[in-house]
Amino acid sequence: MSTNGHIEKKRLETPPAKFKLKIQRREKEGAPVTWDTFELPYRRNLNVISALMEVRKNPVTADGRATTPPVWDMSCLEQVCGICTMVIDGRVRQSCSALIDDLLIASGSDTVTLQPMSKFPNVRDLKVDRSKMFDHLKQVHAWVELDGSHSLGPGPAISNEVAQERYALSRCMTCGCCLEACPQYGDDNYIGPQAIAQARLFNMHPVGKTDMDDRLNGLMGEDGITNCGNAQNCVQVCPMSVPLTKAIYETNRDITVNALFGWLKK
Amino acid sequence: MSSNGIKIAIVGGGLAGLAAAMKIAEAGHEVDLISVVPVKRSHSVCAQGGINGAVNTKGEGDSPAKHLDDTVYGGDFLANQPPVQRMCDMAPEIIYLFDRMGVPFSRTKEGLLDFRRFGGTLHHRTAFAGASTGQQLLYALDEQVRKFEVTGKVRKYEGWEMLSLVMDDHQVCRGLIAMNLQTLELKAFKADAVIMATGGPGLVFGKSTNSQTCTGSAVSAAYQQGARYANGEFIQVHPTSIPGEDKLRLMSESARGEGGRVWVPRDPGDKRKPQDIPTAERWYFLEEKYPAYGNLVPRDIATREIFQVCLDGFGVAGENQVYLDLTHVPAETLTRKLGAILEIYEMFVGDDPRYVPMRIFPGVHYSMGGLWVDFEQRTNVPGLLAAGECDYSIHGANRLGANSLVSCVYGGFVAAPAAIEYAKNVERGETETNGIYDAELKRQQEINDSIIKSEGGENQYKLHEEMGKWMTDNVTVVRYNDKLKATDEKLIELQDRLKRISINDSNLWATQAVPHARQLKNMLELARVITLGALNRNESRGAHYKPEFPDRNDEEYMKTTIAEYSAEAPVFSYEPIDVSLVEPRKRDYSKGKSAS
Repeated sequence: MSTNGHIEKKRLETPPAKFKLKIQRREKEGAPVTWDTFELPYRRNLNVISALMEVRKNPVTADGRATTPPVWDMSCLEQVCGICTMVIDGRVRQSCSALIDDLLIASGSDTVTLQPMSKFPNVRDLKVDRSKMFDHLKQVHAWVELDGSHSLGPGPAISNEVAQERYALSRCMTCGCCLEACPQYGDDNYIGPQAIAQARLFNMHPVGKTDMDDRLNGLMGEDGITNCGNAQNCVQVCPMSVPLTKAIYETNRDITVNALFGWLKK
Repeated sequence: MSSNGIKIAIVGGGLAGLAAAMKIAEAGHEVDLISVVPVKRSHSVCAQGGINGAVNTKGEGDSPAKHLDDTVYGGDFLANQPPVQRMCDMAPEIIYLFDRMGVPFSRTKEGLLDFRRFGGTLHHRTAFAGASTGQQLLYALDEQVRKFEVTGKVRKYEGWEMLSLVMDDHQVCRGLIAMNLQTLELKAFKADAVIMATGGPGLVFGKSTNSQTCTGSAVSAAYQQGARYANGEFIQVHPTSIPGEDKLRLMSESARGEGGRVWVPRDPGDKRKPQDIPTAERWYFLEEKYPAYGNLVPRDIATREIFQVCLDGFGVAGENQVYLDLTHVPAETLTRKLGAILEIYEMFVGDDPRYVPMRIFPGVHYSMGGLWVDFEQRTNVPGLLAAGECDYSIHGANRLGANSLVSCVYGGFVAAPAAIEYAKNVERGETETNGIYDAELKRQQEINDSIIKSEGGENQYKLHEEMGKWMTDNVTVVRYNDKLKATDEKLIELQDRLKRISINDSNLWATQAVPHARQLKNMLELARVITLGALNRNESRGAHYKPEFPDRNDEEYMKTTIAEYSAEAPVFSYEPIDVSLVEPRKRDYSKGKSAS
């Protein structure tokens, strides 16, 4: 413990000289899965990405076999673009912010295991194709309808409270962790928490509200919000702490209210 | 090209590219949007602190004229002033537009937009959404462009990398060639005009604050096909980054905007924890040397001071690091205003900056230089425009914090109508049939084939590391002519060795080896432009600092550096700049400003 009750980070007390990276391999979509294990010198500040970069430079397995360099996606390396998401020691997360030190402490082993996300087409090795997540955003009209992008002065005044609540939803980086962890998501039968939360983000906006119907309609089909099984896995794995279950609850409420008023209007 | 409609190809889907795409689609024209990553994952997401615009809601008498003055003064008088003026005039409208799009900007008690302070100004001019403003602005444009994707006006090609422009016999740009990063398929994109919006070249320096996509490769390809590259030697090194194995993570200037103080122990051998060192035994060197601006001096100055303090042996624990201290600010305020960036620090370093001062060091961050453009964002190549970090036009010799987001959007908003105007008037003629696309496709395919076949034993990733280390050691904060010369010789050697690489991937499906080899070739060309531009400029101005020539020399060097490609070495020339709006004067941040 240090000042102000801040807990200092736990570190490996006796760092190993080496550690292993066990990587699930696949040549291309549909090809059989294989595994390769690589051994690397341990350094305190390594994250999964820098370990993968080491392997890429010289892809020779722990038993001395030359192989192809593992393929994975990466971009910002600051956990804000979402692209480097994979399953690390069984848990879905971004590989840039996964520190080898933490992983070895948590598992108590000398090996870190990497797999691609399972809910999306596996392009090669650790790379997946998440384009359907962007299609989900189209389905829920995740935008504010503008009169045009020309100069029209400021937007409506919004309380800081609402702005902060919207900010929390708007931090979603479309990484797919929530979909990977959701027991209901897969085979196109459920749109998933990501898109529902984005619908909520725009339904909360004073102008976005005006086309709430379009958004809610996108969530009332066969793959819609009713398929949520309330497992609550999504909020637990979300790296941006997006209030996903709250958004699902509130959107459900909006749908009910909307249905009621829709009926009254007839 | 569709019937008689206009089609514009945009390369890059960050803020600048999406801003242009939205404007073109809104005007009813078609866009092909080419991006190496899904556009929502572009490097703009990394911008943290905010976006500048003199909205003047704090009763401080701020105005676009003051924004202009701060920008050109901070840029040490190297930018042409008319486009900077136009940007500063447009900035409040840009912020309002994002407000209307639903960006969750932080707000005041009254529910209005809140503004924070940033470097190089004495005004609260920076609108912000927590500490992930770039992410939030990018998402807003991504959403608007998705709407146009649904209506069919915008067609996205995500996971495609531009390899070259397609030029006709009159050196007019008629489109581009891009490669599908999964299949390695090459495709010709025919277009009436092309807008480059590909961001900066941080990866030339190996490790930087940039995303892994920021290679500058597409810009370099355009340069090698005749586009002029301007002010390449002006590379911003951000004063506060978190050194890492894979990259230098940014610690936003907003940390200082919200009160963060930079210091080192007065006793270089002090072994106490920072919290245990009394104020009197701390050296707040920025506040001491620059009483008016303190910790919010422009980045080039803060970077040099931190660098020098460490060089003089005052670095914390004898290493290249100084403290950036927020612990005197209430933890609740920090969480609300800076949460996202403090989380990044905690995640990667392990300490909680709310209670323990951060350890930071300067890192390569931004290129002020880029493709030369005129005041309408047009390059010297007819049919080719550029916007955002990949163009040189706004920031002069040093960029002020929170001016990048506004310059990206401004660039896109100016480039879009300029591209449409050009497209309306361009002769299309026989370009559809004259085989220029097939010829360029063939040339690019041959380059791929030769990379795949090459078996010289050199390792492309090690070559990249070597380039990055040489560039970081010799072409960043402090520059010496002998070292710059040696660096250029090294770059020529690396170019030669690159011809003898063996790609270490026998599986070409979604391989990273072939694209990386091509990027590396292009990065080496830009590295030479940067290094030789620095060698030739015998003065110190903004981010470019030579101890051998410590003063700014307006008579000889208040000029834009222009590099043109030739096979042997870049050919340099100089162009006078337009200083018709703000009289150049010496920068002095120890005092408040009297002029303007």
